Amino acid sequence: MYHFTLYLKGSFYIYMVASMDEAYINEIRKDFPILETKVREGVPLIYLDNAATTQKPRQVIDAISEYYLKYNANVHRGIHALSEIASEKYEDAHSKVAKFLNAKFSEIVFTKNTTEGLNLVAHGLRNLLSRGDEIVVTRMEHHSNLVPFQIVAKETGAVLKFIEMEDFEKLDLNSAEKVITDKTKLVSIPHMSNVLGTINPVKEIAQIAKEHDALMLVDGAQSVPHLKIDFKNLGIDFLSFSGHKMLAPMGIGGLVGREEVLANYEPLLYGGEMIRNVDYDIATWNDLPWKFEAGTPNVSGGIGLGVAVDYLQNIGMDKVHQIEYELTKYTLDRFEELDFVKVYGPDAEHRGGVVSFNVYNDSGQLIHPHDVSTLLDENGIAIRAGHHCAQPLMKSMHIPATNRISFYIYNTKAEVDRTIEVLKQIKDIFN
Amino acid sequence: MNIYRENILEHYKNPLNHEEMEDASADFEDSNPVCGDEIHFWVKISDDGKIERATFKGTGCAISQASASMLTETVEGMSIDEVEEMGSDEIRELVGVPLSPVRLKCALLGLKVLQGALLKYKGEHQ
Ligand SMILES: Cc1ncc(COP(=O)(O)O)c(C=O)c1O
Repeated sequence: MYHFTLYLKGSFYIYMVASMDEAYINEIRKDFPILETKVREGVPLIYLDNAATTQKPRQVIDAISEYYLKYNANVHRGIHALSEIASEKYEDAHSKVAKFLNAKFSEIVFTKNTTEGLNLVAHGLRNLLSRGDEIVVTRMEHHSNLVPFQIVAKETGAVLKFIEMEDFEKLDLNSAEKVITDKTKLVSIPHMSNVLGTINPVKEIAQIAKEHDALMLVDGAQSVPHLKIDFKNLGIDFLSFSGHKMLAPMGIGGLVGREEVLANYEPLLYGGEMIRNVDYDIATWNDLPWKFEAGTPNVSGGIGLGVAVDYLQNIGMDKVHQIEYELTKYTLDRFEELDFVKVYGPDAEHRGGVVSFNVYNDSGQLIHPHDVSTLLDENGIAIRAGHHCAQPLMKSMHIPATNRISFYIYNTKAEVDRTIEVLKQIKDIFN
Repeated sequence: MNIYRENILEHYKNPLNHEEMEDASADFEDSNPVCGDEIHFWVKISDDGKIERATFKGTGCAISQASASMLTETVEGMSIDEVEEMGSDEIRELVGVPLSPVRLKCALLGLKVLQGALLKYKGEHQ
């Protein structure tokens, strides 16, 4: 490639790279049958709501149906052929996720989603909290990383504190230094904001938490699907994520926990599968990670998650990020040219593939995001409009809601162009 | 651009009875926290229990504001009981465009607030 560029004119080289990428994306799109959907007659689907949930590739769908067609059985219980295959595949999926995130097998707990993992950590925290202790979260939380800690704080007499934001764009590290103290028992932050797109400095904040002996939890709902994650290197204790936001089916997710922490942590659910010995009056817990997976798990979901991870690793997380970065940068640049669109959040270098914005008519009146999304939907364009489960953030920004475009590996610049074309029409309708 | 082609936009841009009422018999205000739509209704009730006039103010999406505007026109002359019996079917008919479940909630906010005002009136007068 390097040699070729010496002989090619710069612009032609850029053209080649761009069209190569287009061909590459088109190959990816072939794995997602749903992208061929016509929302209504003659109206093809443009799916830009990936932060809510992503579409699933054929490989994942096939793995789920294969499980039910060929080896459906309960895991870890039956001494029979099907159960052995199911158990092996289900455990294998844990290994794949462990490798994907650079964690140990024993550190991967399958949950149903990010929310469950966050609740698991919040629940166990009850044992570690005394009156006057502090829990630290941020001003940009999804309700899932806020409400569980409100409840635990209320029950234990602990105090909930907040890391402030700068310009509604990023976390204020000075504020983090101030609010994280020796009283802090747990710090929890989103790796990436689902509203602003901001990628937060997890490592830096984990370092501060460590200095004060506080546990560090990361809401990875928006980062695990999009960024290369090295759990060990981040220096955190817990990471929670959802499979459905990363090509896997709904109802499966993961909580990664540092082995030494998990070993002494209280489970959220008790029952079968998570025990070793049970007497009528007492029970002991199973090995990690099973101690945290009580009851019959979502086996097909877990296997689907493993295949989703294979799929992403095949592309490579650096490439995933690059595809999204280019789409995001392109969108921000194009929005910059439009005086009727207001964009929230930082520049493309500091965010993931999420762009929240509002649209105004020529007299400067806000066009409500519900109206915008309804009209986009009439053109087959699926985005999210609302408060994105972040009501406190919306209130502090003094806006009722935003529109949000969010990308994944199968989106194209042509889809962004079409969206902008329709946004212009919407503005004109409301003039 | 089907759903906004009808008279929704006309009502949104030039809402009817869009003002506070000085001599209202009752008023009520509510919001839809999911989308931030807010509506305030005022009603004037005649001696025989009929709605003489209804006015509203509010902010929010076109569907919520247009449906409130249409409602002020529709309920004029109706009895309190008649308005209390109205529900989503009547609102769908009034708005006259297909509404998804989420958008139906927007469309229903005006009716909910108006019925709240009537309840308040009844509480004070019966
Ligand atoms: C930042 C963030 N945290 C938590 C969640 C909750 O994810 P789930 O609904 O899959 O539990 C989401 C997804 O909406 C999110 O974007």
